[in-house]
Amino acid sequence: MMSNFWSMGGYARYVWPCFGFAGVVLAWNLWAARRLLTGARLRSARALAMAAGDVR
Amino acid sequence: MSVGAGQAFVLIVQRELCLSFRRPEQLFQPLVFFLIVTTLFPLGLSLQLSQLRDIAPGVLWVAALLSSLLSLDSLFKNDADDGTLEQLALSGQGLTLIVVAKTFAHWLVTGLALVVVSPIVATALDIPTTAFETMMLSLALGTLTLSWLGAIGAGLTIGLRRGNVLLSLIVLPLATPLLIFGAAATERAISGTSTAGALYFLAALCVFTCTLAPFAATAALRITLE
Amino acid sequence: MWTWFYKLASPPYVYGVAAALMPWLLGGAALAMAYGLIAGLAVAPPDYQQGDAFRMIYVHVPGAILSLTVYMVMAAASAVALIWRIKVGHAVAAASAPIGASFALMALVTGSLWGRPMWGAYWAWDPRLTSELILLFIYIGVMSLRSAFEDPARGDRAAALLAVVGVVNVPIVHFSVVWWNSLHQGATIVKLGAPSMPGSMLWPLLSMWLGFMLFYGAVLCTRVQAEVLNRERQSAWVREAIKS
Repeated sequence: MMSNFWSMGGYARYVWPCFGFAGVVLAWNLWAARRLLTGARLRSARALAMAAGDVR
Repeated sequence: MSVGAGQAFVLIVQRELCLSFRRPEQLFQPLVFFLIVTTLFPLGLSLQLSQLRDIAPGVLWVAALLSSLLSLDSLFKNDADDGTLEQLALSGQGLTLIVVAKTFAHWLVTGLALVVVSPIVATALDIPTTAFETMMLSLALGTLTLSWLGAIGAGLTIGLRRGNVLLSLIVLPLATPLLIFGAAATERAISGTSTAGALYFLAALCVFTCTLAPFAATAALRITLE
Repeated sequence: MWTWFYKLASPPYVYGVAAALMPWLLGGAALAMAYGLIAGLAVAPPDYQQGDAFRMIYVHVPGAILSLTVYMVMAAASAVALIWRIKVGHAVAAASAPIGASFALMALVTGSLWGRPMWGAYWAWDPRLTSELILLFIYIGVMSLRSAFEDPARGDRAAALLAVVGVVNVPIVHFSVVWWNSLHQGATIVKLGAPSMPGSMLWPLLSMWLGFMLFYGAVLCTRVQAEVLNRERQSAWVREAIKS
């Protein structure tokens, strides 16, 4: 029964890459958004530090 | 001495035409490009003349689209560069009127010129003369719509680095319905079936765009100019 | 209640709300998608016509619906930003564009993989597929336009105008299967009358749709936080906000 699940009635080579790609898109969204926010916070901290006079 | 809206429209159209004809090479270049692009397809596909007829409507329309895009650059750029655009915006005539006049004048020397040249190109692509009327009508409607879509795009991209590429990137996706229905109308005219549906749709697109695009183009200019 | 709307125009308020909401939205998304995937992949019976291949619906349809929904949000936020000059609107629009584009790409690729066994081709120049592809191009155009300006405020406004102009494509995508003879299946959920799909197949699909919506909300929250920070870098409230 499990092998039936994996083979998806013979369509496995379409179904699993399909879900795989969808998963990649969702994962990318999470990763990219987090990366954007971290970068924005860093740049804000840097801008505030420079404005306060800790110029490097 | 204040000028009425109708007078202002005529004056601006006259000015645009005068400026365009001062350098006629600028007018010929898009037309030559149109001719060259059209010849590229048969050469690249190495088709017999009899097979050309099948691809002719599509080739004609793609070539018309690309040549129109080329000439859109000049719609606002020259005036923006030397400050005339700001002067016009401040003139009190209403930026929308100015945009309508400029775009209309631009269509006269580019789109309409394409329509006039199209029989030559059509003959090279083996489009029968019976289809010419539909072809030219569809091109007239299509290029007018395209001038307006291009006005929005040009307004948004004045002065940007590689604004040309961005302009194409913006205008082409919006122009795909034009391409589909314009080519369909021409294709139906060639095969002798009823062109009414496609032509009505083209006309509807044209009216829709001509009514709403002036406001979008004006808004675009305001964003760029302020 | 209207004071809440006014608060939404305030960048620090939006930053705070987004930060607080995000974990809940993500958690809800995970739950909805977990049920949707398990029920859709293992519990729902195979389709009598398409066999197990129909299960691709559980990512393809939510992805496609979201690509349109996100565009509407982006266009609405852009309109609000342009008309009332509310900068938070630009932040929401800028945050939504890449998310929507990724969903459009997901719809196209998953649809392509579904089309191959069902129609025999990875692609067809069919009205719905073509208009969805154009939607992706418009997303890319909006993002490119925004980044082409040196003045970010001007870039925001230009991209906002383009987003509003491009909204004409959204009804074309949705109604393409009605207006033209299309290879693509017609509307089964978002239409008048009862959905034309049995419950065991429908509930996982609705759950995946909900999951994707909540997921969009969660990612939007994170991105909006970043976009607001980028636009308000010098403001006083930022100092406290980024400490947390």
